[in-house]
Amino acid sequence: MARATSPRRKALTTLAAWSVALVIFFPVLWMILTSFKTEPSAVAMPPQLFTADWTLENYAEVWQRSDYPRFFWNSVVLSLGSTLLGLAVAIPAAWAMAFVPGKKTKDLLMWMLSTKMMPAVAVMIPLYLVFLKLGLIDTRIGLVLALMLMNLPIIVWMLYTYFKEIPAEILEAARMDGAGLFKEIVYVLTPMALPGIASTLLLNVILAWNEAFWTIILTTTKAAPLSAFIASFSAPQGLFYAKLSAASTMAIAPILILGWFSQKQLVRGLTFGAVK
Amino acid sequence: MSTQSSRLAARVMVAPSVLLLFIWMVVPLAMTLYYSFRLYRLISPDRTGWVGFTNYLWFINAPEFWLAMGNTLALVGGVLAITVTLGILIALLIDQPVKGQGVLRILVIAPFFVMPPVAASILENLFMHPQNGLFAAVSMSFGAQPILFLQDYPMWSVIAIVSWEWLPFATLILLTSLQSLSSEQLEAAEMDGASALNRFRFIILPHMMRAITVVILIQTIFLLGIFGEIFTTTQGGPGSASTTLPYMIFKQAIAAKDIGRAAAGGIIAVILANIVAYFLMRGIGRHLDT
Repeated sequence: MARATSPRRKALTTLAAWSVALVIFFPVLWMILTSFKTEPSAVAMPPQLFTADWTLENYAEVWQRSDYPRFFWNSVVLSLGSTLLGLAVAIPAAWAMAFVPGKKTKDLLMWMLSTKMMPAVAVMIPLYLVFLKLGLIDTRIGLVLALMLMNLPIIVWMLYTYFKEIPAEILEAARMDGAGLFKEIVYVLTPMALPGIASTLLLNVILAWNEAFWTIILTTTKAAPLSAFIASFSAPQGLFYAKLSAASTMAIAPILILGWFSQKQLVRGLTFGAVK
Repeated sequence: MSTQSSRLAARVMVAPSVLLLFIWMVVPLAMTLYYSFRLYRLISPDRTGWVGFTNYLWFINAPEFWLAMGNTLALVGGVLAITVTLGILIALLIDQPVKGQGVLRILVIAPFFVMPPVAASILENLFMHPQNGLFAAVSMSFGAQPILFLQDYPMWSVIAIVSWEWLPFATLILLTSLQSLSSEQLEAAEMDGASALNRFRFIILPHMMRAITVVILIQTIFLLGIFGEIFTTTQGGPGSASTTLPYMIFKQAIAAKDIGRAAAGGIIAVILANIVAYFLMRGIGRHLDT
């Protein structure tokens, strides 16, 4: 709904919009700035936006902590692993629901969505006990499974809404030409569905990376990703602001970058296709 | 196009997803229901048995319970009110022709990508901390005492943190909806002499209703389960001042190691979530059908 406006009005709205945006973004900016300060200047009063003695020391120190790289790689492995596994399970399901819908397909989709509405705490205890029995607590495999299952309804739903938009006639044409089910999926459907699959992958990597319930409940140290690490990051009061900021900046940087690329798909994915 | 064989193939392809979700959600829920009627403490695992509704009665009569219920509703209601109201205003503002809209959107959406523990820990330490936080510095520059956010206003602090995280989500979805509104309708209304307020009330707001509904529905689902932010900042305290229902259940299970009572709390949470979902679907479901 862009409309013609006077230059004066445009300047004013630009100013207002930028002020609001900077206020919203400010905590992230402040964290990034703090991560380059020395500990004393990070807590200096009055606070300084920029300091003369800026340093990369915090990043080096955090990365050299015995365990930080492990938390980081756990995050990478868990978010990528759970999403790829989820796609492997969900692609056939979404394909079937989109192209061979039965009477119960709608109900099945709604049921999947409803599992997302169940509070996680309600199933936390049995899952914890089962994980304990199976020796899956604090293992990467256990966490990959948990995160995959947590996001499975979203993955199926997103893929379903994307697949729905592929015209069925194309598949029929392929079938007329004698393509079998396997060929149909690999050569016809996959290329057309690739953008949808890519955005599903992106959004679910973000969700898995940021997950902070199951990662806290089901890990202790070995398989813990960054979200669990930051949640329990505490040091003796005082000189740890700069290091906390550096650890946090590294923890969110990959997702911030991925997220900025996936803005458009984000709306669609998180609203289960209700808003496009 | 659905022949017998493709039907069968379709079932086989859907089966793993359904089966896995069933094992992940339905089976544990049944187990929770079972435990909720059992005496089961991890400290004394030998003493077990059926106890009827004892766990439920304990949970409901615990002094913490109604506080936790109130806190849960305050969290959901507070964050919804803040994010939807501000989200509409910011979406209207950004939708204007402004310079650098692309970068602007990137800045506004950023907090949504910040993982909850980082958001909570940064706002807690760098901003709300009574000695070193930025807010304390602002207070002191006015000659006022720093506000002890987490101590004196724990629930408000949690609401503020969660609102900051979810405001971008609301804004982005409302903005998307706003951008699909045709400008002709607005121009016609303007020529007919409709004031800006009336244009908002009678054209823009009805158009956004569906998106607002979606925002409320989805945020409610996520907000009812908020955990990481509280775990990172107040740990439910001071005392029980910022304990929500999920956090109370967590404390029963992990700290008190009383599985039976925690399970009863879990079932209560499920019932609560269903009541909320029912009213949400009924109250605003009509906006979704169109």
